[in-house]
Amino acid sequence: MVDITLRVNGATCTGSPEARKTLADFLRDDLNLTGTHVGCEHGVCGACTVIVDGRAVRSCLMLAVQAADSEVTTIEGLAPDGGLGTVQQAMWDSHSFQCGFCTPGFVMQAVAFLSDHPDAGEQQIREALSGNICRCTGYQSIIDGVLLAAERSRKR
Amino acid sequence: MKLPYVEYEAPTTVAEAIDLLAEHLDQASVLAGGQSLIPLLALRLARPAVLIDINGIDELSGVSATDGWVAIGAMTREYVAEKSESVADTVPLLAAALPLIGHEAIRSRGTIGGSLAHADPAAELPAVARALDAEFVVRGQSGERVVPAAQWFEGYLTTSRRPDELLLEVRFPTARRGTGISFQEVARRHGDFAIVGLAASLVFSGGVISDARLAFAGISDMPVRAAAAEDLLVGERPSTELFDEAARRATGDVDPPADLHGSSDYRNTVAAVMVRRGLRAAADNARERQ
Repeated sequence: MVDITLRVNGATCTGSPEARKTLADFLRDDLNLTGTHVGCEHGVCGACTVIVDGRAVRSCLMLAVQAADSEVTTIEGLAPDGGLGTVQQAMWDSHSFQCGFCTPGFVMQAVAFLSDHPDAGEQQIREALSGNICRCTGYQSIIDGVLLAAERSRKR
Repeated sequence: MKLPYVEYEAPTTVAEAIDLLAEHLDQASVLAGGQSLIPLLALRLARPAVLIDINGIDELSGVSATDGWVAIGAMTREYVAEKSESVADTVPLLAAALPLIGHEAIRSRGTIGGSLAHADPAAELPAVARALDAEFVVRGQSGERVVPAAQWFEGYLTTSRRPDELLLEVRFPTARRGTGISFQEVARRHGDFAIVGLAASLVFSGGVISDARLAFAGISDMPVRAAAAEDLLVGERPSTELFDEAARRATGDVDPPADLHGSSDYRNTVAAVMVRRGLRAAADNARERQ
């Protein structure tokens, strides 16, 4: 067990995970933040994507102990007032979900990417989301949603 | 699957890391970005007793340019190198390959040293290192040594790093005037491992090719240079006929592995296409960079 302190969605959290525990499992099991979904558990599907210190990362490919002293944002942290964030609302409006299992990963990847690339076009967005898998194959509506979010953000 | 039980050490200096490696030798795995090692643990393909996590060693990160070389610390994240103006200006072949590694989120954590120490034969960075004759600086308790890329890669996921050594940095030669580069690859999706990849670098002086470097990813158990094609190109002026002949020579004696993404024959055909495209693009790039 290793004692760690980190910031998750703006709140300071402490824990004592085993070294082998991934950040994904720590968020879900120890902090009860089950919005981060665990799909393949070896870095292929992108469902567990969260934002660590401003960058999208796969939380199944990072140990919880490695997140010590980091700033982590999960899907629960995007809309602290209980509403929806820009990307979430745009994806809702674009029917970007079918079963919804992959959705948190897509949303986190899109949020991280758009904050760095506010002027991104369709091709760049497709590339940025290429590491996330949707087994319902609803990709087109997901791209539509992220494009809509980018457009709305630019208008603000 | 969940990761198996493993001991964990997090040194904060190179000296501490080397002491730990000397203690645990091949029972230890060095954890850098973890984008390959953690899947290997999850799939039980690697079963180290101890993880030596080098993420806390600040001295291993950074890009520095010295006379004729750019040294990249082993723990430098791929996205950092991708954004580095120094890398873009001085090692354009590396800059061209970096955006093709994995996906956005992989490059957030993945490191230059980690990819090159993991030595996946289908990965981009090993082909770049082999093409440019990069140098690998490793240190163990018995001292430091510099290993040229030609001796670094020894086989599938195997390098000449000894179990007691830590990779400190990788040095890439800066591109000379007249250089044109291209990194080509065919993959099922953007970000997937290359079915075949090619790192190509040409140097022109007075319209004639004075230096040619071609290194393949994905056609052998390690990155391989196309020496016969390189020899053909040097001293010639670029032409379609020349590049066609280079493609024939580059692929004449290779026997690529087959898997569900492509048969050996298919890979061979793609490799020839990569050579033709790569040489054309490198020649165009040399003109653009002037």
